[in-house]
Amino acid sequence: MASYSTNEFRSGLKVMLDGEPCSILENEFVKPGKGQAFNRVRLRNLKTGRVWERTFKSGESLEGADVMDVTMEYLYNDGEFWHFMEPNTYEQHQADAAAVGDAGKWLKEQDPCEVTLYNGTPLSVTPPNFVELEIVETDPGLKGDTAQGGSKPATLSTGAVVRVPLFITQGEVIRVDTRSGEYVARAGKS
Amino acid sequence: MIRALVNTWRAPARAEMSDWRPGMDRAALQARARLLSQLREFFTRRGVLEVDTPLLASHGVTDPAIEPLRVFSAPTSSAPPLFLQSSPEFFMKRLLAAGSGDIYQLGPVFRRGEQGSRHNPEFTMLEWYRLGFSLADLIDEVGQLVGPCLGRSSWESATYQELFLDVLDLDPHTAATEALEHAARARLDLGELALDRDGWLDLLMSHCIEPKIAGRGLLFVTAYPASQAALACCTEVDGQAVADRFELYVDGVELANGYRELQDPRELERRADLDNARRRAAGQEERVLDPRLLAALHHGLPSCSGVALGVDRLLMKQLGAERLDDVMPFSAPRC
Repeated sequence: MASYSTNEFRSGLKVMLDGEPCSILENEFVKPGKGQAFNRVRLRNLKTGRVWERTFKSGESLEGADVMDVTMEYLYNDGEFWHFMEPNTYEQHQADAAAVGDAGKWLKEQDPCEVTLYNGTPLSVTPPNFVELEIVETDPGLKGDTAQGGSKPATLSTGAVVRVPLFITQGEVIRVDTRSGEYVARAGKS
Repeated sequence: MIRALVNTWRAPARAEMSDWRPGMDRAALQARARLLSQLREFFTRRGVLEVDTPLLASHGVTDPAIEPLRVFSAPTSSAPPLFLQSSPEFFMKRLLAAGSGDIYQLGPVFRRGEQGSRHNPEFTMLEWYRLGFSLADLIDEVGQLVGPCLGRSSWESATYQELFLDVLDLDPHTAATEALEHAARARLDLGELALDRDGWLDLLMSHCIEPKIAGRGLLFVTAYPASQAALACCTEVDGQAVADRFELYVDGVELANGYRELQDPRELERRADLDNARRRAAGQEERVLDPRLLAALHHGLPSCSGVALGVDRLLMKQLGAERLDDVMPFSAPRC
């Protein structure tokens, strides 16, 4: 892997810091007119999500991290691992619960996901921004209810619980924004 | 059909080139021109002569913290590379030694690798020298120049030692290097960072003290550690050798650096040797002390004080901007 000097640090660059893969968020050059130059760098640890602020002497360098974002198709969950496939090579990868995290509740088989690979192993999974999932359980809708006012919890086929309008019924497929976890619309009606 | 294809092909390239535009708007451009002319008027009124010394010269500074940019002639030429000047100091001191009297220079200077929101490898510096001025006289003059530019009528001063005692409860002149490192590590994530004594002082000053003096308006910091004298004289204060040097901070941003100028050529050589020892230790290229500067000091530099001020940062503070890119026609990423 190439190494990068502080003057090459850019937002989005993936580097190794203390043995952890990190993404650089910000790089500030600090130097007294007559004195040592420093780079004050903010980085996100890609494993834990924790943000670090580390100061380096200008000109020091860090190893690049072997981190890649790859779009993959979600295949299935075997109870312990989530399995993904690269659509071009058919190569399969298994991700553990730590890598999948919260994304797990939005994963529907055959949906395309962004899988971040670190040394070829899934480090994190980002679901599509919008997913369409079936409601497996919700209270019956009340007669006369319209789109306005009121909502109720609904459990989706993946186990996720979202708030839906009162007129939505069990068995319907809805569109959800995975970034906010909010109901968008009934699926297939647009 | 062909025309349509050509246009589609060219469109993305055009979109990416939005940085052909200047970073500053027209109002800022006008403010910049106004500031440059105000600075010149200030010195004309005081009888200080404008000079424009060369930007390219055979020698650069020995200071390990400043790397000049080098200019090479044609590949076939055996001529040694020239240095783009990091300050007009050497040429101005040669003029002073030759009897120029009070002088100022307003123009570009260059520093390799200095790039950030408040740094640019090429910037506009105002540097001036006043014969017979003490450092206190020069501090007054800097205040009289900068105060009106920024609409501030008063300024204060504090010693380097006072700030360290205040913010860190450490005496920068006597604290052990380990104590400086400990104070820095207690406040900052530094990993494997290894620094010498002045490096730790610089780190504490820039990371811990500067944010604390952001609320103090125009603040002259004086009496730097003797090891950071650069080309300033050293004096003794309460038995402690300190540099007769000041830095002007505006709301915590460093703006100007002034010295009671070193006149002793032997001391100049001694400091250049120290600079080169630090350069060797850090694996940097050594630099030959400019023999013509040394000759000028042997001839005799008149007793004087001098200061260098970052004009782009002054304009940044005047306009309330946060980045040099907002006050320079084209900062480095646009060049």
